[in-house]
Amino acid sequence: MTTLDSSKEIKKNNSEVNEKHEDFRMFGLITFLIADGMTFAGFFAAYLTYKAVNPLPDGAIYELELPIPTLNTILLLVSSATFHKAGKALLKDKNSDSQKWLFFTAFLGIIFLICQLFEYFHLPFGLTDNLFASTFYALTGFHGLHVTLGTLMILIIAWQSRINGGRVTSQNMFPLEAVELYWHFVDGIWVILFIILYLL
Amino acid sequence: MTISIDPQKTNNESLQPKGWLRYFSFSLDHKVIGIQYLVCGFLFYLIGGTLASAIRIELASPMSDFMPRDVYNQVLTLHGTIMIFLWIVPVVNGAFGNYLIPFYVGARDMAFPRLNAVAFWLIPPSGLMLVASYFVEGAAQSGWTAYPPLSITTPQSGQIIWILSVLLLGGSSIFGGINFIATIIKLRRPGLKLMQLPMYCWAMLGTSILVVLSTPVLAGTLILLSFDIIANTGFFNPVLGGNVVVYQHLFWFYSHPAVYIMVLPAFGLVSEILPVHARKPLFGYTTMVFSIMGIVVLGLVVWAHHMFTSGTPPWMRLFFTIATAFIAVPTGIKFFNWVATLWGGKISINSAMLFSCGFIINFVFGGITGVALAQVPFDIHVHDTYFVVAHFHYIVYGGTVFIIFSSIYHWFPKVTGKMLNEKLGILHFIITFIGFNLCFAPQHWLGLNGMPRRVAEYDPQFQLVNQISSLGALLMAISTIPFLINVLLSVRKGKDSGDNPWNALTPEWLTSSPPPVENWEGEAPLVEEPYGYGKKFPEQT
Repeated sequence: MTTLDSSKEIKKNNSEVNEKHEDFRMFGLITFLIADGMTFAGFFAAYLTYKAVNPLPDGAIYELELPIPTLNTILLLVSSATFHKAGKALLKDKNSDSQKWLFFTAFLGIIFLICQLFEYFHLPFGLTDNLFASTFYALTGFHGLHVTLGTLMILIIAWQSRINGGRVTSQNMFPLEAVELYWHFVDGIWVILFIILYLL
Repeated sequence: MTISIDPQKTNNESLQPKGWLRYFSFSLDHKVIGIQYLVCGFLFYLIGGTLASAIRIELASPMSDFMPRDVYNQVLTLHGTIMIFLWIVPVVNGAFGNYLIPFYVGARDMAFPRLNAVAFWLIPPSGLMLVASYFVEGAAQSGWTAYPPLSITTPQSGQIIWILSVLLLGGSSIFGGINFIATIIKLRRPGLKLMQLPMYCWAMLGTSILVVLSTPVLAGTLILLSFDIIANTGFFNPVLGGNVVVYQHLFWFYSHPAVYIMVLPAFGLVSEILPVHARKPLFGYTTMVFSIMGIVVLGLVVWAHHMFTSGTPPWMRLFFTIATAFIAVPTGIKFFNWVATLWGGKISINSAMLFSCGFIINFVFGGITGVALAQVPFDIHVHDTYFVVAHFHYIVYGGTVFIIFSSIYHWFPKVTGKMLNEKLGILHFIITFIGFNLCFAPQHWLGLNGMPRRVAEYDPQFQLVNQISSLGALLMAISTIPFLINVLLSVRKGKDSGDNPWNALTPEWLTSSPPPVENWEGEAPLVEEPYGYGKKFPEQT
């Protein structure tokens, strides 16, 4: 009995210590996102330089249409808001509400990806047609990869925020907050990408 | 208890193997990871050094008789990549950073122990991949810079493996950087102020900022390069309308800061070693901190000085010349501070001190040629000649590698509880110092006289000087022998060092040597004056 008691005590002590433990996982994530943002910054810098110094050769086609990417921008911005709703619901211990919002966010992410693929298949140029076509696919593709990963993570935390046995609760908000920050980051990158690739 | 312990981590700790086996395990202990980095890096240093010897043997004669020309290119590519990505960067950041930073901030481990272990365990497989890329048909032969169109037009299979390996190593470096930033900023012992931290913390903070900001750009660039190779896109291929200069800009946006990633930690380490062996406080702590941060900021905006011959417009040349010359100011401040630290000190002439002084001498020389290279007219004259090779090796070997050896002599008693043999250590220093200068000083002359780098054959008039250089390389190769004997003997039979053989005041010496698993038996000590020599003395027990 004594050993059991003492091990319980250690556990209790550890959890007490753990509560005092400042949580710097978010700090680490922010640092990582800065690094990730620098990758995009490199791509954007390359694209803008190409635009400034490399003229499009004669006969090369590089034309983008606005409707689908505008729809995509709206989809992602709305999904940021719905994700925020999910966080608020979880904070109030309304797990099933939170789960609904999360699934809706993931749904918006999937729609975004489908729209993106639809755009890919209907563009008049392919990956290797010319420099701008390549840069377009590399940039949107790299962003799409981020959206794909984000959507998968949202589905995972949506599953984990179920009422019975889910690990994401109002006591353990970090997974949701981390994915939320990542998702806002991906949205922000998309807005910059939309401005640079489509509007400029 | 001031620093909390992650319960999961402690449980894992008790399950992990003890003794030698722990160095082959997925250990979360920052001290084990530090040693893993160091030993792994040193093994790659031996491989890279063998390749360097092969290069110098080839260059002992003007014709390519020791190896064919394409093999020469492959060897120099592998030499550069291994030395930078598998020896200097992991050792001077990963090894010493992981071992020392938690002590310096008064923590029991790094902020993210698991991420730390992942960052290390990315290195051996990607290193093996890199070495393996030499044996596939068509090994990479475009140098460590992998400039297109060379890297696109030369055989591709090796180049692709090279790219994947460098991407993984970059990932490892970024994970390490995130960990160091979080540890230094967030995990400090309560009561410990930023301006009380040992200088190496500042150096690692600056380095990690550079790692986090610049390494991802290299990763992105290499991804685009691999698209050019695999998918036949034309980002950097002029034939398909691409632009090679964009690659150079993006590459040097990482690779110039990479020089500071390699040398700033060495600045930090030498700032730890000199005060201990000169028994004087570090001169000008505050100016040291600001000069490190100045180097970080300036280091991010000087990259195009590598590209003065790449058709850079005049305004760009002017800007980057001025920015580069400015870096001499904070670097100069650091040098005067180190000399002032030594001035009037009670200097012990031991191996750690000798290697640190060797660093100061070599690095001043490399720094001066660096300022010279920043001047456009001079740079255009010596661009891509042996002058650049000499300058670079004075910075990276004469600078950083000397400090790596100095640090090994300084912290060996900490890690093992045994002293290294001083006689062998001094012998190691003498052979290394003579060999190094004999090898690289003549290359300045070669470069000024127009011998291009990265070629297996050269004009016969340069033969004598090349042979002197090769002789120096031979000495450098020999110098490894007393070092290896020293380490291997001392680990087993070295004299017991006691806990604090140097009577140092920095926090890592205020625990037993070797330290216990969680660094301190009780609470972490609060060291407000890590360099308080001559003011007060550590309590001797």
